[in-house]
Amino acid sequence: MFLKDYFGTIFKSVKSLLTGMKLTGYYFTHLKEIVTEEYPDNRATLKMADRFRGEVIMPHNDNNEHRCTGCQACELACPNGTIKIITKQETLPDGKKKKRIDTFVYRLDMCTFCNLCIVACPSDAIVMGHKFEHSVYDKKQLKKILNNPDSKLMEGVEE
Amino acid sequence: MTLLGENHITEEGQFVINMGPQHPATHGVLHLKIWLDGETIKKIEPHLGYIHRSIEKMCESLTYRQYIYTTSRMDYLSAHMNNQACALAVEKGLQIEASPRAQAIRVILAELTRLASHQLWWAATGLDLGGVTPFFYAFREREAINNILEETCGTRLTQNFVVPGGIMYDIHPNFQNHVKQVIKQIKDNFHEYDEILTGNVIFQNRLQGVGYISKEDAISYGCTGPTARASGVSCDIRKQFPYDGYDKIQFDEIIATGGDCWARYEVRMAEMLQSVHIIEQLIDNIPEGDFQTKTKAVLKLPKGEFYQRVETARGELGVYLVSDGAATPYRCKFRSPGFSNLSAIPHMAKEAKIGDLMAIMATVDLVIPDIDR
Repeated sequence: MFLKDYFGTIFKSVKSLLTGMKLTGYYFTHLKEIVTEEYPDNRATLKMADRFRGEVIMPHNDNNEHRCTGCQACELACPNGTIKIITKQETLPDGKKKKRIDTFVYRLDMCTFCNLCIVACPSDAIVMGHKFEHSVYDKKQLKKILNNPDSKLMEGVEE
Repeated sequence: MTLLGENHITEEGQFVINMGPQHPATHGVLHLKIWLDGETIKKIEPHLGYIHRSIEKMCESLTYRQYIYTTSRMDYLSAHMNNQACALAVEKGLQIEASPRAQAIRVILAELTRLASHQLWWAATGLDLGGVTPFFYAFREREAINNILEETCGTRLTQNFVVPGGIMYDIHPNFQNHVKQVIKQIKDNFHEYDEILTGNVIFQNRLQGVGYISKEDAISYGCTGPTARASGVSCDIRKQFPYDGYDKIQFDEIIATGGDCWARYEVRMAEMLQSVHIIEQLIDNIPEGDFQTKTKAVLKLPKGEFYQRVETARGELGVYLVSDGAATPYRCKFRSPGFSNLSAIPHMAKEAKIGDLMAIMATVDLVIPDIDR
């Protein structure tokens, strides 16, 4: 009786091990079912999801115009103080004085990609970009100015 | 006088060793001071604070919209449920309710997160007990779930997709198709989990009869979640205090009576199938309507105290808000499931062998940032 139990246990253990090994063997011989992505070799074909949060960017059109009115809603919405907007007074062609953005400072090193600034923006001036390879040698490079030099506010945004 | 992290021998001849804060089997920076008699554990003292980021204090300076994102960093494996709890607490204060569409999407995302969390737990349990291969099988399905979360929420782990009054965006057009695919994938592949790990006799012997905790002790230590349900405590918040429309969904509360590591393992495995069952009911019946209830630009809660609990992958998460009428909370307290479950580990591991401690910690499923906050 003792021997029967003893060998029974060994048989059960070996059987359970073989069941697992069989599964491993299946995937070893069916290479097509392996799902590993070979980053960075697949960089050319790598496509991020539409809503992927890589970094905050400010799209400009062909005439170097952006949509940011400098309302600072994103600055208030940001939990970490990632965004800082410096404004200036600008004289329009018709003589009126208006507030315009001078620099839109975005500190990537402090950003947690919570998306609250994008949701807060009333004029869709900033969006989340898909770039995610952000490593640099100097942390100063992570402090970015999002508006292009000499860029202007797009017409029709501020109404 | 010995230093905190120094190994030494006590006067009674017990050997004191320190496991952690960098031990790979502790799932993070948890420091366990263990008194050993030979190989037998006599006493365990958990030391915390290595990953304390003062999230509760931070929340006091953040508005009710902003404070949600910090909680993704507590229990990062059930980030969506943490965010849901915070949003529900604010909604309770504002006396609004998310639209049925938002509620259904929240529940689907919460169950997907629970599946992803349990799969990581299953992978890590195998890894802790010496099996590396299961890790890759669990991550195959987890990857598919994370891709869905990335598609709809924008991030894979720390989502911040819930806002007070609903969700941030409507679902992605491909959401329903991809969720159906992943549900089919999980159902088709679930037998592989059993073949490779559950049925393994060595694995079973390492869990059965190890780390026993009785029903009474589980209650008095404040255990929640699968840890308590494995001891026979009925404590599923989704059943007992339904939120976000869980009362309209058919699902079973998984309760085992074993109280040992094996019971905890079985409860979690069965919970995965229940999550699949919940998603199956909802995915074709997402109600039409707004995904967000209109709220004011600056949220101000009335004076008072608000408490909301949800069932995360690890147990009961409580969010306690004290408001003095301002735009930021006066006090914010989180009752995290990991902390109470950790407090039961010295009891479970008493008189156990040191090798069993790995199994106990793996099946309690500790997430250290959740314990420390």
